[in-house]
Amino acid sequence: MSMQQALNRALAEVMTENPRALILGEDVGQLGGVFRITDGLQKKFGEARVFDTPLAESGILGMSVGLAMAGYHPIPEVQFDGFAYPAVNQIICQVGRMNYRSRGKLPMPITLRVPSFGGIRAPEHHGESLEAMFAHVPGLKVVSPSGPNEAYHLLKYAATRQDPVIFMEPKSRYWQKGPVNTGADAAGYSPTGSRVVREGKHLTLVAWGAMVARCLQVAELAAEDGIEIEVLDLRWLKPIDAEGLAASVAKTRRAVVVHEAPRTSGLGAEVASIITERCFGTLKAPVERVTGFDVPYPSGDLEDEYIPNIDRILYGIQRVLEYRRG
Amino acid sequence: MADVLALDGTGRAALAGEELRELYRLMVAVRHLDESAIRWQRQGLIPGYAPQLGQEAAQVGSGYALDMSRDFVFPTYREMGVARTVGVDMVEYMSTHKATWHGGLYDPKASRFAPIQAVVGGSVLHAVGWAHGQTLDRTPAGELGVAITYFGDGASSQGDVHEAMNFAAVMKAPVVFFIQNNGWAISVPTERQVAGGSVAGRAAGYGMPSIQVDGNDVVAVTQATAAALAHARAGKGPAVVEAMTYRRGPHSTSDDPGRYRTLEEERTDGGEDPLARMRARLLADGIADEAFFDEALAAAKAEEEQIRAGINALGPRPGTEMFDFVYQEPTQALKAQASAWREESEHV
Ligand SMILES: Cc1ncc(C[n+]2csc(CCOP(=O)(O)OP(=O)(O)O)c2C)c(N)n1
Repeated sequence: MSMQQALNRALAEVMTENPRALILGEDVGQLGGVFRITDGLQKKFGEARVFDTPLAESGILGMSVGLAMAGYHPIPEVQFDGFAYPAVNQIICQVGRMNYRSRGKLPMPITLRVPSFGGIRAPEHHGESLEAMFAHVPGLKVVSPSGPNEAYHLLKYAATRQDPVIFMEPKSRYWQKGPVNTGADAAGYSPTGSRVVREGKHLTLVAWGAMVARCLQVAELAAEDGIEIEVLDLRWLKPIDAEGLAASVAKTRRAVVVHEAPRTSGLGAEVASIITERCFGTLKAPVERVTGFDVPYPSGDLEDEYIPNIDRILYGIQRVLEYRRG
Repeated sequence: MADVLALDGTGRAALAGEELRELYRLMVAVRHLDESAIRWQRQGLIPGYAPQLGQEAAQVGSGYALDMSRDFVFPTYREMGVARTVGVDMVEYMSTHKATWHGGLYDPKASRFAPIQAVVGGSVLHAVGWAHGQTLDRTPAGELGVAITYFGDGASSQGDVHEAMNFAAVMKAPVVFFIQNNGWAISVPTERQVAGGSVAGRAAGYGMPSIQVDGNDVVAVTQATAAALAHARAGKGPAVVEAMTYRRGPHSTSDDPGRYRTLEEERTDGGEDPLARMRARLLADGIADEAFFDEALAAAKAEEEQIRAGINALGPRPGTEMFDFVYQEPTQALKAQASAWREESEHV
């Protein structure tokens, strides 16, 4: 099943299980969304529960706040990550704060789906990495799946929470296929925390979203040289699974964080700090970061230079492995 | 004042006797509490307050028209008069001005009065979402709960207000957009704020009815709001009421209106005092006498005493609450921060 199908299936199940769940956004109805994530859902659940809004992101999020106040569970979509910016006022000032402002009386069970990150050579604002911005906002939770199985389980989980979750879908992975454990097969699967997707003993690569698959490729290549790399899919960007991180790095004693977002004040810094706090004594080298740069997300032709590629990640690994105390 | 686009039906029979007296009592209570709150700020009982001197008729009249068994209010930071009219606990309301809790201590669900909102235009969209929820609940037309959202002429410049009006009109959501055009957004007068000079005038562009009403006439405001509510309740979609009023005092207790207008201008532009006007009307129609006015004022003073005592008794919230209401399901990281805070503060 592709990630697109997995997300679609998860939404269908959430909508079936919770009659108060609603899907709203631009073109999510008849068209099924520009990425077809909501394909067929309007037909299945009706125009009252899956509906197109006018083209206004602040409106979509502000309306979701009111729907949540009326006892619904809105699952809004913004069409592309860069178009979440016009909704930021509602997301930060309202969605993230209403539970607090109302002393817990007005929970905001809103799952905002955001097609995220680059890698599809799209025009400006169709590829952005907003995770650090959202993770910095009190009251929000942020999660990003790395493949179809994660997508299915994380979305089902997020969309049944009583707190707002920003659900960042790596759009470059939408059509990637993989096994998805549904129904009885899903038993025992935990949608919380991080997940070790490949075991290793020499170094931990920490990544999320589309970077997880790339890190797995890197680990394959490194294995040819006898370097055993552990790949940790962070999954939750807020809250970050500090225990899982520490457990992995305590074992490998070295870590490299990989993300597409700009480097300065990116989540890599947060991850590195958590690792340092928890594993300082056992670390053999400072935590390295391989990230995007402090530039606006570049055009398609430069994307390959911007998004961490295999060579840059390998080089980061080398820096850590060869680190000598000064 | 002319209807920009008249609302069909009034939704409420002409107000009589006891109703008119009640409107006056409410206005006196609100005026007295408002003036007291300014005094409390000067005395240091509360750090700040947003007065509404001159807006009593707009607030009381619109609040009085609501059916609080099914309607829901989305206020800004200046709707004390509406809150008082619809029965919000005034100590819990004032707690926000005491800096006890943003949004106030009252339960917004039980009181059907959303938390106090500091972002201008911030809750206008929420009203649309809530109202659309009433439609989704399949409430029969004629019984719909209506969201009433309050905002000022300044807030009407916000893009969210346009989005809200457009969404509501497209979705036929039962919303009443209630604008208190009090002439000023802090120091900027309406003519430098609202192109075309009227917010109600915009409604035509969204295909919704609107009415501009004399905001100093509490009866007219009640009637206009009732008509708008009836329109929305019947499933005909949103409506706009623009109450033309005047903010007589400062914008907030830290404002200095002397920098942008003169006392002379305040006197001439202010229009009729809504309280004096209602009083004259009650007297002229033989509905009330001096004894009634004395009683109403005495009741307002007694109420103010009680509220003052309540605010005085409000202690600071326990520090743990800072962490308690961020999430329904708190994160480990936040729990760790809470216990670190406890440890650090108990340590010293
Ligand atoms: C989004 C936003 N920008 C600026 C402010 C600061 N501010 C508070 S009140 C105000 C003027 C509002 O005027 P109006 O909407 O007419 O309401 P009034 O205060 O006159 O009742 C401003 C600029 C704010 N609260 N929110």
